[in-house]
Amino acid sequence: MEIVMSVLASILFATGVYNLLQKQLLRIVIGTALISHGAHLFILTMGKLKRGAPPVLVDRVSDYADPLPQALILTSIVISFGVTSFLLVLSYRAYTINQTDNMEEMRGSNDE
Amino acid sequence: MTLAIFAPLLIAILIPFLSKWKHRIHTGWLILPVPLAIFIYFLQYVGADFQTATSTLSWVPSMDITFSFYLDGLSLLFALLISGIGTLVVLYSIYYLNHKERLGHFYTYLYIFMSSMLGVVLSDNVYALYTFWEFTSLSSFLLIGYWHFKERSRYGALKSMMITVFGGLSMLAGLIILTVVTETTSIQGMIEQSDVIVESAAFPFILVFLILGAFTKSAQFPFHIWLPDAMEAPTPVSAYLHSATMVKAGIYLIARFSPIFEGVPSFFIIVSIFGITTLAWASYMAVRQTDLKAILAFSTISQLGMIMAMLGFGTSAAIFAAVFHILNHATFKGSLFMIAGIIDHETGSRDIRKLGGLMTLMPISATLAIFGTFSMAGVPLPFLNGFYSKEMFFGATLELGGYTGSFVETLIIAIPWVAVIGSIFTFVYSMYLFFGTFRGKFDESAVPQKPHEAPLMMLLPPAILVLGVIIIGIFPNIFNYSLLTHSAAAIYGESVSKEIYFWHGFGWPLYMSMIVLGVGTLLFLTKKYWEKIYIVLPGKLSFNRVYDWMMKRLETSSEKITSFYMTGSLRHYMIMILVSIFAITGYYLWISDGVNFNFNDVAPITATEVIVAVIMAIAAIGTTMAKNRIAAILILGIVGYGLAILFVLYSAPDLALTQLIVETVTVVLFLLCFYHLPNLTKSEDTLTTKGTNLFVALGYGLLMMFIGISAYNTTFNEPISKFFIENTYKLGGGDNAVNVILVDFRGIDTLFEVAVLFSAALAIYAMIKLRKNKEAK
Repeated sequence: MEIVMSVLASILFATGVYNLLQKQLLRIVIGTALISHGAHLFILTMGKLKRGAPPVLVDRVSDYADPLPQALILTSIVISFGVTSFLLVLSYRAYTINQTDNMEEMRGSNDE
Repeated sequence: MTLAIFAPLLIAILIPFLSKWKHRIHTGWLILPVPLAIFIYFLQYVGADFQTATSTLSWVPSMDITFSFYLDGLSLLFALLISGIGTLVVLYSIYYLNHKERLGHFYTYLYIFMSSMLGVVLSDNVYALYTFWEFTSLSSFLLIGYWHFKERSRYGALKSMMITVFGGLSMLAGLIILTVVTETTSIQGMIEQSDVIVESAAFPFILVFLILGAFTKSAQFPFHIWLPDAMEAPTPVSAYLHSATMVKAGIYLIARFSPIFEGVPSFFIIVSIFGITTLAWASYMAVRQTDLKAILAFSTISQLGMIMAMLGFGTSAAIFAAVFHILNHATFKGSLFMIAGIIDHETGSRDIRKLGGLMTLMPISATLAIFGTFSMAGVPLPFLNGFYSKEMFFGATLELGGYTGSFVETLIIAIPWVAVIGSIFTFVYSMYLFFGTFRGKFDESAVPQKPHEAPLMMLLPPAILVLGVIIIGIFPNIFNYSLLTHSAAAIYGESVSKEIYFWHGFGWPLYMSMIVLGVGTLLFLTKKYWEKIYIVLPGKLSFNRVYDWMMKRLETSSEKITSFYMTGSLRHYMIMILVSIFAITGYYLWISDGVNFNFNDVAPITATEVIVAVIMAIAAIGTTMAKNRIAAILILGIVGYGLAILFVLYSAPDLALTQLIVETVTVVLFLLCFYHLPNLTKSEDTLTTKGTNLFVALGYGLLMMFIGISAYNTTFNEPISKFFIENTYKLGGGDNAVNVILVDFRGIDTLFEVAVLFSAALAIYAMIKLRKNKEAK
């Protein structure tokens, strides 16, 4: 199953990258969201899948899933949520100021 | 001794205050005693029973870098020249620069230079030597650009800076290698280990780097181009730095290190060839110049080439002649520069074509100039010092030998001929310099001012130098045993004793001098007939053009390179980053044999998960194709919820909860934004662009897949999760292992994750609320 999940994560990465390379602001934000999904799935997969019960202590259960990757992903989800919402508002502002969402038109000054 | 070296530097700190405080008195008077005192201090060492002296001041002892000073005959000769001519130059500048100039700046730069030049010639520690060396480059840069409002001054200053600092850095490389090879930072310590140096594998690098440093500083062919442009400096600076002292720093360097290179054929070949080429080329070019200072600049280059060549010959006669000529050149060239300055000062022009007939108007200057120019030409008169050293130079060229090999033997035969040709042109430009300026008809309309004799005090410094020319000329042995033999001994390694005679019988040196005199006179008289040759020989072939072309190319090509990759397009940067990641990671995966496919420890595949995975994959691909923004957002939602389902399936209830909530909020946010964003425009990309994007994306995905599968199948250590499961209740007092990790075992992560969320919220608030300029809507 881990192989399938690795492939799925790579598909998420590939589509995320493809979106990142587009011109429209919204697509770029979608791309970053896809890449973070891919990364989360990746972390989970690397911690081995399907190894017992959810890591909540219950009597008579000896096998638990690894809790550490889950804690890491939880932290990561919150952070990427923060970043995604920031990016969204940023693209909204960029659009209202520049009147374009085309990245090719949003180049800096020539002197940079 | 240490105080003598640093005294000008300490005074330089006070100069700005002095120049403001005593506004009535010319700043030069106030600080004139400093170089004079140093000169007198060094004078006490002169004598037949000369003993070397040392002095040390600690600087960075842990790295073996100290200000250790070592005074031997060679250093003493240079120290006397620096302080003696320094005194005269300060005296001269008092009359040359008036109160309107920024005197504080001028004397500060000049005294920094004086200090660092003394440091160069007296340092025994190579790193201290390099430090002082770069300080001379820096102060020279400041002095050349003294009239910074002139375009030519800035150009000259920059050019000299570029070339000498290039050489300085190369010298530093040579010195570092020397330190590594000999394990000492002392020059004397290195000389003791000359066998080790010559036999080491790094010897060619040491040789080339040091020679490069010396050649750039001493304006040797083809690095001579900075010196004529440095003539934009005030004349006292040209007289001091660019004739007597700084340009001899390279000579000093070669002389100082020549005990190491003694008898090495490559050293002889390189230094002799470049020295003699410089001599011939610069004297040939000097005839063509029309500016007094430009003639003198090329003349300096040519004389430096002559000294350099003699150091390359390395015989005792040649080295003695070199030392003698260092002294002679400093005397007559310093006086000639000062006289050129006086003419410039009194007539307002330095163009030799406009000058002429000044002999009756400026008789004293003319008299002084006679001695200078004739001594420079090497006219055989018993009161001119230039003749002696030229004669000894010819003698040295004829006595070469001791090296084998057909190339070297041809070279040895060729050297005297080139020397004679160079000397002929030296004679021609010396005569042209004197007769062109002082004889002929004076044209009053050509020059801006009506000339008259300069004030006597202004004539004093060149007069003192000319007096030196005459004294050495009449009593050539006056400095012989007290100074020159010690200097030559320091270079040659053993005692060199030589009487100097005006008349030493018939022989080739004398015949060569006669040839120079005869052919030179003939060429001078017929100058206007053969002048056209300059259209052919240097013609467009100029090293200045090469330099300018190189600087221009450097600018344009670096601009081209930068604008090639700094396109300003996010897509280009992304492609560069991703391709680099792909190339570097892929390469290491490949060479380390990291691809590891085995399927031992995998969980069984179940239908539910595969179905979810397939739906997610289709949705992910769908986001790239969606034509409609709302479709794209909703399809992205499918991916997020799919992930939440996977979390459920893989026993991660907390993750599933969070993912569901976050995904919902994100989708809502997207939809909020969506209202304000335009619809997805139809992609107008060409097929190539799309193909590139696809290629990069697939490559990156594939790479991640390989890494994922390989990493999964490689186990290094047991996971530490057992600890968390066992201690969740015992230490954390909770049942939910994930939550206990988040708030207890690894609580710091959570703290800063909260901080991230908080700052994101603040930033969003600020972005929406704060508007600097009232843009539309």
